[in-house]
Amino acid sequence: MSTNVERYTHTAIALHWLIALLIFIAFPLGLYMSDLKLSPTKLQLFSYHKWIGVTVFLLAVGRIVWRATHRPPALPDSIPRLQQFASHIVHGFLYALLFAVPISGWLMSSAKGFKTVLFGIIPLPDLLEKDKELGKLLEIVHQSLNYFLLLLVVLHVAALIKHRFIDRDDVLTRMLPGGKHA
Amino acid sequence: MIYLKEIMLFLGLLLISCHSSALEFKQVQTSESTVTFDYKQMGVPLNGKFNKFSAQVAFDPAKLATAQARLDIEVASIDTGSADGDDAVVGKLWFNAKSFPAASFISTGLKSLGGNRYEAMGKLSVKGKTLDVVAPVTFQANGNRGVFDGGFTIKRLDYAIGEGEWTDLGTVANEIPIKFHIVVNATPGKK
Ligand code: HEM
Repeated sequence: MSTNVERYTHTAIALHWLIALLIFIAFPLGLYMSDLKLSPTKLQLFSYHKWIGVTVFLLAVGRIVWRATHRPPALPDSIPRLQQFASHIVHGFLYALLFAVPISGWLMSSAKGFKTVLFGIIPLPDLLEKDKELGKLLEIVHQSLNYFLLLLVVLHVAALIKHRFIDRDDVLTRMLPGGKHA
Repeated sequence: MIYLKEIMLFLGLLLISCHSSALEFKQVQTSESTVTFDYKQMGVPLNGKFNKFSAQVAFDPAKLATAQARLDIEVASIDTGSADGDDAVVGKLWFNAKSFPAASFISTGLKSLGGNRYEAMGKLSVKGKTLDVVAPVTFQANGNRGVFDGGFTIKRLDYAIGEGEWTDLGTVANEIPIKFHIVVNATPGKK
């Protein structure tokens, strides 16, 4: 392949930002919609939230496949070992949550007795039977995983700000679209 | 008062049929019977049921002309499958259960379609509106125990079930298939 592995591939960059965008929509939407009183709007928003979430899941699958077949660029040596290790841990959890958050939402919906029908056309199987108590439990799981995700995203962004403005290295730019790729 | 005529007719027919029929099914087993419905919300198939209803049936397979059926449903007993939904649909915009506590089906005729299949004609009254419905029904008798299974599909907006913002059919579809499963025992030892 190329001699320059500095930047992520265009595919990795596209998937990263598409997923980020969808999560930035799904998260506040999830918070907002739960407190609405029953109305057609509420039903629509719930469905949009689920559709966006399932799309994140599908993109995450694509991302893992890409990641497994394309080694990401190594971190520059200027970054201390411990920080490199920390970043791997955070990235690992972020990947896991890209699956865990949508899956918990999907399982919760099944347990609450609502099948998920992607875009109103493609029914997803229900892995769980309707079970009120389990539904409530999974709602808490979905919520908790989301707050964990929020925490990690905050760390992720804080680290990138530090790299950009304190360390002045290139770890942000190599994930930004529009750069040249070998 | 409105139904007085029907009730008189019903009682009259009962009298007549009791004397002539060998096996007439008319003891409805409410606890074994169900009235359920399906609905679609944002393309998601859901179902619900009515927990409280009463039924009167007088059915002799040999005398279809005198067959009678009546179903009274307590709309507030609805179970839509979600607590949120149950609270909402008894409200003014949906069933308005305060002003219209009951929905009823009263048969006007029964036709044989061959074998154990029939077609029941009747009037369905919901929320102050009465419309004709036709329901294919099967009847399965096992000794003294008979089971009616049938259903029909209503368009909810025909009965103004879901007014205002809920007239939007994109979120909750118009078609509501309703199914009934009525267990009726025969009165033994007549004739
Ligand atoms: C990227 C994916 C997702 C994110 C970021 C996300 C985020 C959220 C958030 C922040 C909430 C509010 C939790 C709270 O009440 O504090 C929420 C609620 C909810 N999510 Fe998700 N979600 C995602 C995927 C999904 C999926 C795939 C489904 C279902 C197929 C789903 C179903 C739900 C439901 C039903 C609620 C409302 C729970 C309730 O109040 O009854 N979510 N989500």
